[in-house]
Amino acid sequence: MTATGIGAAVRRKEDHRFITGKGHFTDDINRPGQAYAYFVRSPHAHATIKSVDAKAASKMPGVVAIFTGAEVAADKISGHICGWTVHSKDGSPMKAGPHPALAHGKVRYVGDEVAVVIADSYAQAKDAAEKVVVNYGVLPAVVDPKAAAKPGAPQLHDIAPNNTVFNWHLGDKAATDAAFASAAHVTKLDLVNNRVVPSAIEPRAAIGEYDSGTDSFTLYTTSQNPHAARLVLSAFAGVAPENKLRVIAPDIGGGFGSKIFIYAEETVCLWAAKKVGRPLKWTAERSESFLVDAHGRDHVTHAELALDASGKITGLRVHTIANLGAYPSLFWSSVPTYLYGPLMSGQYDIPSIYVEVDAVYTNTAPVDAVRGAGRPEATFVVERLVELAARETGRDPAAFRRANFITTFPHQTPVLFCYDAGDYGASLDKALALADYKGFAKRKRESAHHGKLRGIGFSTYIEACGLAPSQAVGSLGAGVGLWESAEVRVNPTGSVEVLTGSNTHGQGHETTFAQLVSQRLGIPIETVSIVHGDTDKVQFGMGTYGSRSGAVGMSAIVKALDKIEAKAKKVAAHLLEAAEGDIEFKDGKFGVAGTDKSVAWGDVTLNAYIAHKFSGQELEPGLKEGAFWDPTNFTFPAGCHICEVEVDPETGNTEIVAWTAVDDFGVVVNPMIVEGQVHGGIAHGVGQALCERAVYDKDGELVTGSLMDYCMPRADHLPALKVETTVTKCPSNPLGIKGCGEAGAIAAPAAVINAVTDAIGTEAIAMPATPAAVWAALKKSGRSVPHAA
Amino acid sequence: MAAVSLTVNGKPVTADVDPRTLLVQLLRENLRLTGTHVGCDTSQCGACVVLVGGKAVKSCTVLALQLEGADVLTIEGLAAPDGPLHPMQEAFRENHGLQCGYCTPGMIMTAVDIVRRKGHELEDRTIREELEGNICRCTGYHNIVKAIAAGARAMRGTATATKAAE
Repeated sequence: MTATGIGAAVRRKEDHRFITGKGHFTDDINRPGQAYAYFVRSPHAHATIKSVDAKAASKMPGVVAIFTGAEVAADKISGHICGWTVHSKDGSPMKAGPHPALAHGKVRYVGDEVAVVIADSYAQAKDAAEKVVVNYGVLPAVVDPKAAAKPGAPQLHDIAPNNTVFNWHLGDKAATDAAFASAAHVTKLDLVNNRVVPSAIEPRAAIGEYDSGTDSFTLYTTSQNPHAARLVLSAFAGVAPENKLRVIAPDIGGGFGSKIFIYAEETVCLWAAKKVGRPLKWTAERSESFLVDAHGRDHVTHAELALDASGKITGLRVHTIANLGAYPSLFWSSVPTYLYGPLMSGQYDIPSIYVEVDAVYTNTAPVDAVRGAGRPEATFVVERLVELAARETGRDPAAFRRANFITTFPHQTPVLFCYDAGDYGASLDKALALADYKGFAKRKRESAHHGKLRGIGFSTYIEACGLAPSQAVGSLGAGVGLWESAEVRVNPTGSVEVLTGSNTHGQGHETTFAQLVSQRLGIPIETVSIVHGDTDKVQFGMGTYGSRSGAVGMSAIVKALDKIEAKAKKVAAHLLEAAEGDIEFKDGKFGVAGTDKSVAWGDVTLNAYIAHKFSGQELEPGLKEGAFWDPTNFTFPAGCHICEVEVDPETGNTEIVAWTAVDDFGVVVNPMIVEGQVHGGIAHGVGQALCERAVYDKDGELVTGSLMDYCMPRADHLPALKVETTVTKCPSNPLGIKGCGEAGAIAAPAAVINAVTDAIGTEAIAMPATPAAVWAALKKSGRSVPHAA
Repeated sequence: MAAVSLTVNGKPVTADVDPRTLLVQLLRENLRLTGTHVGCDTSQCGACVVLVGGKAVKSCTVLALQLEGADVLTIEGLAAPDGPLHPMQEAFRENHGLQCGYCTPGMIMTAVDIVRRKGHELEDRTIREELEGNICRCTGYHNIVKAIAAGARAMRGTATATKAAE
């Protein structure tokens, strides 16, 4: 390992601009002559739009234009799409209702965009929006997913009777039912996976710009994937032809899924910039982010686990109702299906599994991918069930898990996935030691001594990352491939630019990707620049989400570097007057095998461009190579998280007193960055478990519409975190990487709730386990006084 | 419109602003100091924290006109131009106390204020409680807490610490 190579905790190259206030986020950018957009949003969850009267508003100071859904429709601007077609049990395709960029005829949730007001200043646009009079015909709304699917419920989309998007299933029902019929013990669990708001600290923003001279468009936007935005805005929304549209995603202040998708505001800013002939800027206020950024989770689930007399798991069956909100969104349908059902085997050897998911529309914000996307929901089902089964049958939760672990690889689960590598016992062992599991009983007694209830909870999770083999996802309904691209441009002076379709928004690609290149080419890391986030520079890419940038994005760079090395060897062979087959490349030097003749990297790169030492007809000048990498399999990061809590029975307050995470992410490129990703993921999961919940009232009003009402985890919700790794190399990509960005958020909720339920001695608690909820559960169970064990 | 004169990062500034203009808007829009960020509209997230007269202030929650004659320090002015980084900036880099970087300027300015009030030897619990008004979605706070503890120690005897303590 070199000081800046793979495995080194290199300090981040990108940090300097952020710690000095010199980052360039979308809202930091202003374009000459720009106007500002403010969106008029529906205050009703479900209503017809009878009329929109903008006469008074258009006379307000500074107003440039006001547009409604009618103008958008007249220009044939289409709405948002879902990029993944899921089929129901009966083979019929999902029922995707239209999602116009500005509502036309009907609104379906609070926050739905009805009109855009464009003015010289943001304040003027906002003032004028107050004067837009929309005459609504209010309709009954439905926010509860169970109620939405019942006959007689308010109907959101004509295409979807009973608000049903699909009735999906996976696995062998007959085999699973047979396992339950012969089970010695069945554990049953009803749970709710609470709706969360992604809440990146940078609100979404967009600047649309039109150049009438070249008839071309530019969109600056807060996107995790500017290439997909360009494709969707051209091919589906029809705003601009792909070759006339440049999408720039500058520094992005976190995404967590919410910035994958293409929303109304970006579409309208781009379209309206041409209409008004000025650049057009929109920046979300946080209250708008709460209303319209796609939410996450929101499942109602009944799950059952079958055991034989020896404690071996023989079957798992799950029924989930997934609330998908009011409209389709980009990954929408894939989250509660293919990112959920196939994870139900967890780390366990389960012979039969059957999963059913009924997805419904409700008058709420669309629900799509949020950090983990489907996998946190699956892990919560599996890890709560396993914990509960151990408790019900009087088994130690760690030993029970171990006895059911998959131990040989590759392992084909009954739900699509073939796990390629892992050592679940190793991560469990290491976590048990680090958490001092043996000392827990003593600590519990000590807690009881000062009036506290102590609990411990496990989550031995698995996730599927490295999204994803294109053919495989295509066969499951994906509309695109999930490869990644890279282009390595070597300059004459030997410095290197790497253009990547992976789009960092906090993950540190400018450092980790440079570590790979620095090590491979034997050049200083300072001479490697990572370029991303501009469709005029990077030709195409699939973006950053699903913990895919290391496993897929870096694999594409490896493939391009292979080509660079092969080409550079040809140049070196000419310089060294040796046969190409005798050239060896090591530590930044090209040598001739068996001799001391060598030539440095910089000499080769310079000569590749000078092109005097070889015939330009036999060997092309220059040194630039591109590659697309399509994964051969998903990757399967897995690990063990152990959460220890103290509950105050007087107040119901839960304090996390210790957290141990041992994760197997395969090969780690930068341990400092990987640990940071795990820390952040854990906090995200702890937030969901202890405090975060999006709440709509019965009329579809978002009650938790600000950071005063929606509880984001603060520093004092968390302890210092013990984070370590074990390593089994991923055999499915050249670097052996599995991915780490979502693990914490996937593992954490089950670990927390397993710990809280262990502490309070009752399973009847839903997320978030707020002090009020815990206190009420304790009261109900009658167990409010700690007992020394 | 109304005029306001103040000092920002050591330089005198006069601006003509709409009376409802917030300090953060004056900084970002009029002065193009875009290191100070806006992350919410309810004064919760702390991405907009700057120092006014050495004390941490959420610049989204004060009108520009209230700042007549005030001395404002933003992230851009924390280290001398062309000089070394401020010890707290360096500590955030060294301890990986940032990921996306959006909350970072507010975190660093808050941290400098914590040191002014609580001194150079900070316990984890103190730092966590003091960060009540700053939200980070990326880091889980672990490395921010480490960075602030390290930065606080490194600030001992520096010009900023001395000035702030006065």
